[in-house]
Parts: sequence; C-alpha cells; structure tokens
Amino acid sequence: MKALRKYLDKIKPNFEEGGKHPGLKSTFEAFESFLFVPNEVTASKGAHIRDSVDLKRTITMVIIALIPALLFGMWNVGYFHYKMTGEESSLMGNFFYGLGQVLPIIAVSYISGLFLEFLFAQIRKEQVNEGFLATGLLIPMIVPVDCPLWMIAVATMFAVLIGKEVFGGTGMNIVNPALLARAFLFFAYPAKMSGDQVWVAGLSEAKVDGFSGATPLGELAHGTTFEQLTSQYSICDMFMGYIPGSIGETSTLCILIGAVILIWTGVASWKIMLSGVLGVCTMGLLLNTFGEAAYTQMPFWSHLILGGFAFGIVFMATDPVTAAQTETGKWIYGFLIGIVAILVRVVNPAFPEGVMLAILLMNVCAPLIDHIVIRQNVKRRLNRVKNK
Amino acid sequence: MSKVINLKKGLDINLKGAAQKTVAQTVNPAFISIKPSDFPCVKPHLEVRQGDKVKAGSVIFTDKFRPQICFCSPVSGEVVEVRRAERRRITDVIVKADSQTEYEKFDTSNLSSKDSVKNLFLKSGVWPYLRQRPFNIIADPENEPKAVYISTFDSAPLAADYQFVLKDQIELFQAGVDALSKIAKVYLGLNGKVSSNIFAGVKNAEINTFEGPHPAGNAGVQISHICPVNKGESVIVVNPQDVVIIGRLVKNGIYDAKKTIAVAGSQIENPAYVSVIANTDLGFLKGKINENTSIESEGGDKVRIIGGNVLTGTKLASDGFLGFYDNEISVIPEGNYYDFFGWALPGLKKYSFSRTFFSWLSPKKEVSLDTNTHGEKRAYVVTGTFEKLVPMDILPLQLIKAILAQNIELMEELGIYEIAEEDFALCEFADTSKTDIQAIIRKGLDLMVAETR
Repeated sequence: MKALRKYLDKIKPNFEEGGKHPGLKSTFEAFESFLFVPNEVTASKGAHIRDSVDLKRTITMVIIALIPALLFGMWNVGYFHYKMTGEESSLMGNFFYGLGQVLPIIAVSYISGLFLEFLFAQIRKEQVNEGFLATGLLIPMIVPVDCPLWMIAVATMFAVLIGKEVFGGTGMNIVNPALLARAFLFFAYPAKMSGDQVWVAGLSEAKVDGFSGATPLGELAHGTTFEQLTSQYSICDMFMGYIPGSIGETSTLCILIGAVILIWTGVASWKIMLSGVLGVCTMGLLLNTFGEAAYTQMPFWSHLILGGFAFGIVFMATDPVTAAQTETGKWIYGFLIGIVAILVRVVNPAFPEGVMLAILLMNVCAPLIDHIVIRQNVKRRLNRVKNK
Repeated sequence: MSKVINLKKGLDINLKGAAQKTVAQTVNPAFISIKPSDFPCVKPHLEVRQGDKVKAGSVIFTDKFRPQICFCSPVSGEVVEVRRAERRRITDVIVKADSQTEYEKFDTSNLSSKDSVKNLFLKSGVWPYLRQRPFNIIADPENEPKAVYISTFDSAPLAADYQFVLKDQIELFQAGVDALSKIAKVYLGLNGKVSSNIFAGVKNAEINTFEGPHPAGNAGVQISHICPVNKGESVIVVNPQDVVIIGRLVKNGIYDAKKTIAVAGSQIENPAYVSVIANTDLGFLKGKINENTSIESEGGDKVRIIGGNVLTGTKLASDGFLGFYDNEISVIPEGNYYDFFGWALPGLKKYSFSRTFFSWLSPKKEVSLDTNTHGEKRAYVVTGTFEKLVPMDILPLQLIKAILAQNIELMEELGIYEIAEEDFALCEFADTSKTDIQAIIRKGLDLMVAETR
C-alpha cells in the first residue's frame, strides 16, 4: 500500500501540464482517486469537518443494491435457456451459462461508456465523474439477453453523448441515461427489443416449436387473460422472478432487497418508491372498477410484480439527477410514474410495457413539478408579509 | 406569549474533547489584533498609526461605507503593527497590551432614547456585536430593525455552554437586554434541553423555547419560526456573551471585552474554559495542544486550530489571534492523508450522516473527526440530504443553485434574507459533492449587499 502510494507519487508529474502525458491527466486522477481517497483538507473558513460519504461511496451503494437482482438475472438467463433446449441443468449450471451471456454485455456497456466519459473529462479538463459506474451496470440489466453486443455499444454511446455529455455531464442531464439507452434500442431496433423471441438466450436462432419465450406482459397484451397466465406462471413465480424478461427486472424479491439497501443507506428516496407503488395501485384499481376489456380486470397488485415496474421505480425513477429534486415534488413525480406506467401498459396496444416511457416522460416533467413546488414555497413567503 | 418549538431536522455531532466546566485560566493578552476579515462587507478606514497609544475603547478603524461604526481596541497599549496583504488590504491591526488596562470613559447617564443608545454603541465599539439578518453583516445604524434576537444557547459541536459561562453575570446580561430593548423589541431563544435555565427570569424580552438537534441554537433558525425576516425588514442578532459586554458598557461606562471561551477538541489536553479578552493572541494555547495524532500525514500541519466551532469557524495560525465573535477555540487533527480504498471499505469508524458506512452500528459514540474532505468536488447529484438539515421553510438546494446562477430575483424569492452561512453549515458538512456551501452563501449575501448599496 505504501509502495503503491510512493509509485503513484513518482509517476504523477508525468500527467501534469508540461509532463509526458498531459492528455491523460483526468484518466490518471480517476485511477488515483479510485485507489486512494485524496489528501485534500477543508478550506480555512467554513465547515472544517466533512462527512465520510462522497459520490464514489454513494454510487457504490447503488451497485451493491443492484447485485442481488443481477445475480438472479444471470441465473434466470440460464434457467430459461435450458428450459427451452430441454436440457437438464443445475443451479450453478444455469448461473454459469447466464454469467457467460451477461458478462460480455456488461463489459461492452462499461467500456463504450467509460471511454466517452474519460474522453469528455479530459476535453473539459475536469475529473471523471462516477455517475456512469451505475449507468453502465443498469443498461445491461434492462435489455433482453439476446440483444447484440454492437447494439449495446451504440446505445450506450448514444446515451452518454446525447443523454448526458451535451448537457454538461453527470448532474446536468435531463433524462436518465440508462433508460435513454433502452429507449434508443427500443425505437431504433424494435425487432431486437420486443416480441417473443428475444427474452430467452438463443431462442431466435434455435426456433423451438411449442416454446413461448414471451414475457407475461407480452402475453397479456396479446389477449391472454390473467387466469390463463397464472396457469403458466404462478403468482409466486412472478414475485420470485421465474419469468422471462429483461436481464435484471424479473425478480421482485431481489429488487426489494436492493430497495431496502438503498432506503436504509439513504441513497435513494423512499418517497418516490412508495408514491410510485401507490400510483400503480390507484391506476390498477381505477381500471378494475371502470375497465371493460379483460386486461383491465387483472388484479391491481399484480402490476407490481410483472414487467419492469419494480426495477424501474427502485433503480431508475430514483436517480436523483433526473427525478424531482424537491421533497414534495418527489411524491408527485413517483405517483405519476405509477399512473402513467399502468396506463401505457394496459390501454396502449402498441407497447406491452409502459414503465420506461412513464419514467422518461416524468424525467422531462420533473423540472415542471419542481417549479410548481418552488412557487408554492415562494408564495408562502410572500403571504407572510400580506397576513401581517 | 411564550412558545415551545420542537425542531426535528438537524444533526448533533458528538465530537470528542468537550470542555470541562471549569475556568482553567485567566489570560491577560500580550497582544491583540483587530482583523477586518471578521466583518463581512466592511472596508476599514484606519484612525490610528503605528506607534499611537490607545486605551480600551479607542477607535482603531471605522467602516468606509458606514463611518458611524467604530471598531475599538479592547485593551490599552500601543499600536505596533498594521499588517497588509496584496493590494494593501489590511489583515491585522496589532496592539501591544499594557499590563494595566486603561479605559476610555463613556457617558451613560442618559440612555432613555433609542438614539442615545445607538450613539453610545456606535462610538464605544460594541455596535459591531449587533449583526443583522438579512445578510449577516454588522447592523445598519440607519435601519429600523423590527426585533433584537438573542439565542441563549449554541448547539454546534463543542460550543461554549452559556449556562456555565454566564451563570454569575445575569445582572450584566439583563442590563444589556434593557439597553437593547431601546432599539427594538428583544426576543430570547431558550434551550429546551436545560432545566432551571439561567435566562428564564430575564425581563424586558419575549422568551421562547427551542428543542431539537443542531442548528436549533442558531439565531437565524429561531428567527424564522418567531419573527421571519421579509424583504425590507431587518432583525438584529446578538450573542449572549456580547450582550454581557454591552451590559458592562451600560453599567460601568467602559468597553470591557472580557469573555469566557471554551478551548476544546480532540487535540486539546484537558479541554476547559479560559477567560480572555476578545481578539487576544493565542500564546495561552502553548502546552495545551497535543500534536500526536494517529494520522500519518506527510508534511504540513499536524493539527488545525479553529476560531469558533468546527462547522463555521476560521482556521487560525498558532501565532494568530482570536476572532472578534469567537466563543470557542476548537483544535482537531489535520486530515492531509491518503485513504487507501477509503470509499470502498465497510468503514466501521467512518462518521456519516448517511448510513452508507457501517458506523451506523455505533451511533452514540464520541467521534474524533479530522479535516480531510473524504472525497473530491463534484456536481450536485444527491438530493434530499440538505432538506433534512435545515429546520426552516427554505429549499436549500434550490437556493444554493440560485446563488450559483447569481439570479438575484430568485434568491430573494427563495429566502436569502433569512439565512446566514451558519444555517447551511451542516449542509456543507454532509454534502456528497464536497462543495463549499458556506462560501457560496456568503458570496450570495455579498452580492445582495452590493446590490442594495
């Protein structure tokens, strides 16, 4: 550890202005501060002590919270692959098959995104921001396993470039970059992002007769009733995640574990999560009451364990940069995500799933929500003078 | 009408090294220094030269913007040095103190009117103890303030306990309150955690009680619940020890800036109280500071001496001088060390307002914190933290961003008139993005002052 520190101190001048590689300054600093929290001290006036938490730690918590869902997702990829081929497989067999499928996606996402992050940091002569470490893991978890790697790379670079860097980098973006990557894929390459062929690894090539690889929501959108669905997948299957879907979204249980970690550590807002759930239940109940089509009659709570809602509300909607930033605004923002997600899911025939669109829409509306909340605060202050 | 107000938001940081309740020493300073940097938005105009003899209460400099305000020497002696920095900006006016203090006598026989009180305060050097909201600057003598506010307790970590410091000086405190009540209605904020409060019997003032974690003791926080500052209004804020100094002036006709400060912090041997004079040199700290820290720093200072508390104070050189408003000195380890994978390890001993480190397993423990920033500056990403630390009806992040954007109208709308830097000190402490929030707030306040001048 000391030797490492000494070595870093020795090579550090190479990356300063006038050194051998001034063009790699941001890269060097990123790796240096990855190894060692720097020896910076507080300013001579102000708060002389500082909290131990920094952005690296915060993002680390997000990644830790994602791990249960990620590991389950890997297992799930193997489980459905072998179910399709009809081969016998063990727990570890499923997992290792999934690992082999998912790791390349993660690697591609990180490499293509981080390349741009480092490049832009250097161009701006800034430090590399940690935000992408979460985005780079989120992207693989919200795509179908059969999505080609080059598409992942293109989508990731599009999201980083157009979603984030053009606005000024982490902290300045308007929509969630990971979701933007997914939306890009969804609209640019719909054949690889929807339908019943892409959710099970190898299915599009193998063409197994009599095996349906559609997600439960896909089946519901095609007229399957909830009762017919439950004969195929039990409620328990849906909650545990033994259903096809995007890599990380299927297991509500694992996502719940992640939610507990995020809420306990204070990294993500429980208000957004809770109000999102309330929004789904409200819309579900409304449809139960007033809807006539078969789809509207599925129990309102089943929306919570199907599709990407749980993953979206826990990991995507709570991105603090793109969510509403006022505490009151968070309640409204989360609630509307729930409402819109179910509305798109059930009422719009073109899209079986509405969570992505709901969150993106509310990302765009979040500044408006905040504006209203801020005006209320201003109004209270002005009323104080009037009421005197 | 007395209210009890319960504040939920905030944070008490249980720092190691709180001062024992004894006055360990009475210090007669060898030198004092009046530092213009203690007074935001003041441009000093020197009234003395090197070699001049002064008494306690003699004018050292006045403010170029508001020449009625006098800054006076708290001791008698000789002006030995005027220190300047770049562009001849004055940093210190140093007076070598006599062994026996001679005082200027001020006429206090007729203090029945507001103007007579104001004039006495202005020429005797106690007016600078009167700071105003908005802007947290010395009160404008031309203004008609709507209230004088005194918070009788300081809730910051390691702060001086006025229940102990002023226990024998309540009469002088009352005299100070009586004089201040000539300027405007006086409000006192009492600490709800204290039973048999020494300030409970103070007359001529409206008394309210506040309970809750820091910053419940901040005058700005209390004002926002009792008599909030709107555009065009002002409230004067005075610290309890300074009220006593005013009391001495009113009773004895002299400017006697004696005060009792806490000398505290994890690097102080036997933390205790010390009786000093405002602006004293720090010679008395010799032998009290423990330089042995567990931190392996490479070069640089081992400890940091802070005038004031660890959340809002000013770094002092070991041969420096106590600040005009300081009621404590805190000494903590410097944090100039590299922390190998500090962000990744479980962090059982890493203190945090969040629960991202496993130190939440031992929440009540006394902690010893150093000056490391624990991370690098970033754009604002995390939301919701500041809102848990500011017990006022203010949107902290939005106000900070309005200041960064220099949007004066929005700053006004979001409550810049109600806040001081100290009200945002905990936000700066807990900020994941490691920005210097109090400096940002000061910038915003300075901008507003410049706009109104």
